[in-house]
Amino acid sequence: MADPMKIRANVVGDSTEVKVLMNHEMETGQRKDAQGKTIPAWFIQNVRVTHNDKVVLNAQWGPAVAKNPFLAFKFKGGAKGDKVKITWVDNRNDTRTDEVTIA
Amino acid sequence: MRKVAAIVIGIVAAAVGGAFAQSSTVDEIAKYREALQDGNPAELWEARGEEMWKTPRGPKHVSFASCDLGLGPGVVKGAYAALPRYFADANRVMDLETRLLYCMVNQQGISEADATKVKFGDGSARRSDFEALAAYVASQSRGVAMNVRVDEPHVHDMYQLGEKMFFFRGGTHDFSCATCHGEDGKRIRLQDLPNLTKTEGAQKAYTTWPAYRVSQGELRTFQWRLNDCFRQQRFPELVFGSEASIALTTYLAGRANGADYNGPAIKR
Repeated sequence: MADPMKIRANVVGDSTEVKVLMNHEMETGQRKDAQGKTIPAWFIQNVRVTHNDKVVLNAQWGPAVAKNPFLAFKFKGGAKGDKVKITWVDNRNDTRTDEVTIA
Repeated sequence: MRKVAAIVIGIVAAAVGGAFAQSSTVDEIAKYREALQDGNPAELWEARGEEMWKTPRGPKHVSFASCDLGLGPGVVKGAYAALPRYFADANRVMDLETRLLYCMVNQQGISEADATKVKFGDGSARRSDFEALAAYVASQSRGVAMNVRVDEPHVHDMYQLGEKMFFFRGGTHDFSCATCHGEDGKRIRLQDLPNLTKTEGAQKAYTTWPAYRVSQGELRTFQWRLNDCFRQQRFPELVFGSEASIALTTYLAGRANGADYNGPAIKR
């Protein structure tokens, strides 16, 4: 089971600013280990963010995104107390979902 | 779907034309750090450390709530800014990592060999409890002025020993710490080195460790920092929690007194 994300969501003016730190190796599949064997690719492929069950962001990621990725974005609307839910799925079909209340 | 603006910060290697580009490189590195400041992965270690701090561990099933970092059992707020300090129960001056080890062994009943199996993580599956715990404890001193009691006799002795070590030259390269950290404008490749003989230099350097090292994908403690300096100097390996490591930490922490602690930071 993957480690939890760290999510902050704040109302700024008429939109909500969300900042997420994810715990992930994000292995590119290009590196080799000490024995010269290729380390298999392992990265987050899809990130989906919902605000009160409505999708506000759906991203497809590749191996070029850094380890322990940081994602910041804004969406219009959102009020204090609303829920923002973030789900990522990686290429091993491992997944993690975390939820935060907008402050 | 609503309009969404998204930024993903990846690690981009900056191509640099040579030493003449030094000042602009420094500016660019500063910008890069600023961009990352908001999303410092050190927070992931802080979260893991906090969980670990509050969870009963070891054969005795005891949490760190009974661990005294100098301000009373379980008190974390501001503790890092006053370490290293003298602990009467152990009759020793201890830095944070040594004190954590002391609590693991003496209160939680974990054997020293088990507790120190992973002193430093490898950036992947081998994760160090010390790195997570140090991140959490240090984060609870953010904004607190460094206040190491260098007038306390035991601490004072360690401080003086640390000072001596800082200027002691040895090893195959005849290096001392001061060889690299005793003058302004020194660097390793493109990395500026702090001048630790100046108060501002020591303050700026010490108050940003522990730190997340982007190039290693790992949070590093001050014990790691010193250990790796020793490796680069081609000194014998600095033993984790040894008197030598604590003496140097005491010297550098003492030199940083007065400055606000500002870690865990993020470094290239």
